[in-house]
Amino acid sequence: MSLLKIENINKQYTHKDGLVDALKNVNLEISKGDFISITGASGSGKTTLLLTIAGLIRSNHGQIVFEDKRLDSASDNLLADFRNKHVGFVMQNFALIPYLTATQNIMIPLSLSRISVREQKDRAKEVLKIVGLEDRQNHLPRELSAGQKQRVAIARALINRPSIILADEPTGNLDPNLSLDILETFKKINDEQKITILMVTHSPQASEFANKKIKLSNGNIVK
Amino acid sequence: MNLYKLIWLELSHRKSQLISALIAITLGIGVIVGIKTITVFSEKAVAVKLDNLGANILVLPQGAGIDDYYTADIDAPTIPEEYVEKILSSTLSGVDNLSPKLTRRVLINNYKIVLTGILPASEIASKPLWQNVGLFGNELEASCATSNDANKSHGYEDEKLQRKVVDTLNNNDCLIGSLAAKKLNIIEGGKIEILGNTLNVKKILPQTGTIDDDRIFANLKLVQSVLNIDNQISAIEIMGCCNAISEGLLSELRNILPNTRITTIGQIVSTQIETNQMMDKLSLIFLIIILFVGGISIGNYMWANVNERRKEIGTLRMIGATKKYIYQLLLIKAAILGIIGGTLGYVLGTISGIYLGPEFAQIDVQAVYIYFLYSIIISMGISLIGSVIPAALAAKIEPFSNMQEV
Repeated sequence: MSLLKIENINKQYTHKDGLVDALKNVNLEISKGDFISITGASGSGKTTLLLTIAGLIRSNHGQIVFEDKRLDSASDNLLADFRNKHVGFVMQNFALIPYLTATQNIMIPLSLSRISVREQKDRAKEVLKIVGLEDRQNHLPRELSAGQKQRVAIARALINRPSIILADEPTGNLDPNLSLDILETFKKINDEQKITILMVTHSPQASEFANKKIKLSNGNIVK
Repeated sequence: MNLYKLIWLELSHRKSQLISALIAITLGIGVIVGIKTITVFSEKAVAVKLDNLGANILVLPQGAGIDDYYTADIDAPTIPEEYVEKILSSTLSGVDNLSPKLTRRVLINNYKIVLTGILPASEIASKPLWQNVGLFGNELEASCATSNDANKSHGYEDEKLQRKVVDTLNNNDCLIGSLAAKKLNIIEGGKIEILGNTLNVKKILPQTGTIDDDRIFANLKLVQSVLNIDNQISAIEIMGCCNAISEGLLSELRNILPNTRITTIGQIVSTQIETNQMMDKLSLIFLIIILFVGGISIGNYMWANVNERRKEIGTLRMIGATKKYIYQLLLIKAAILGIIGGTLGYVLGTISGIYLGPEFAQIDVQAVYIYFLYSIIISMGISLIGSVIPAALAAKIEPFSNMQEV
């Protein structure tokens, strides 16, 4: 069943030397429950594709359809609502707010949807359990290890029960053992909760966890 | 977690930045509130003086200012006491009452109090408010001056009331202003030691809202003796007939006492009003300065804060915060800064006014509660205006600032 359909997406950036094609006629169909890895050299357009799918940047041409809704022509507020309710983000640099505890960081997406504090706390406990950080709920990011920070970020991505998790180099700042832990967590989430995962990575080892692999080169899907 | 908690946690996370941002606005509001509070009570004091002073002409030493008379400095100039005799022996008409007095600031129990030598009967006659507590002086044949009904009802039928009536002071008696009595913890009938002399406290005077509240009154001769200023006085207060003043009483007085400064209470009031107007202008200047300095200070803080939080704001945008939410995040924070700055400024200004009012303007100052509201409104306004541009900058931050590669 198709969750997200990308048709003939083009994205150009203006550079001092002229226009740069970041994505060229990209077509992609993502089904519910997919675990997809996107690999490619630096500048191949991996992150641009992720940003375009998330509605964080707009394509110059083409269509993006999420559950029968057009995202490419949606307003900024609709896109913000889409990201808040349907997308979970996991970044290489964790993107945690430094003065908030693990629980508070996790609750932020729900607070944006004005969900009651009681429910925010209940769901935060639930996702902290999934990532195995129940005993770190009141710790600030600076009091957590890199692996624990990434688990908090995954918990934050899970709290709104998203349809898709977009991960940008989620193991880029972690040592091999911690990377393995995080990838296994993704796999577990994908298997048990059937949440679609789209992961940009440089690591062949990380790519092996995906059940679909995409390779980008010069803005084109080559594999 | 909600928007307000997020703002509060961020504010408490960066306390030093918060404090430095608040200093300018707190000081600015504090100065304005302080000046305005003192001005308000100064204006009230002038009004009360007008109502209660009774006397309407003041004879001062040549070259002396009104301030010299009110502050009663130790080296304030004096005039010979014989000037009173000169006026009395002249053929002037329209002079209803004369109150010569010698004033000097003395230290009693570590408090600076103005000791004032008076001729009791004359002094009491010129103070309508004093008569409310049973002090009565000369029967005035008020030609056209303030009618002295209280004086005329001197003959109480009730004997108990009659016994309370004071129409003179013995040499070892004194009257104490309400504020001075409170400071010195003195009660009626008690004793007080002034420069080695023990005096009986005959009456605690009613509060008049004038400098009299902070004074001790004793017989002129006694005060002259205690201060070693024989046969000299600081001023003569004259209750003159209004018509006589307009018909040239002042110039006649100047002819009799050429080496003095003769002024009317109206002129004193004008001087006070001019001072108050100057204070108002000063407040306005400070208001303009604080609008610039406070606004720039808050704006600068918010600008630096937004730049420091680019990644954090990018994260919020990434996970679904709208531009409106980012505006709210910054502008509600600015409003909170305004409320804190306004509150601190009001407290600082009010406390300064209460402590500095008696010292510099010789008036008793209290809090003006409506200024709290004004402080909050001005401070919030400044803070919000200063934060509009940084908030707009924050709302424009791209939500993909956390991504590695574009």
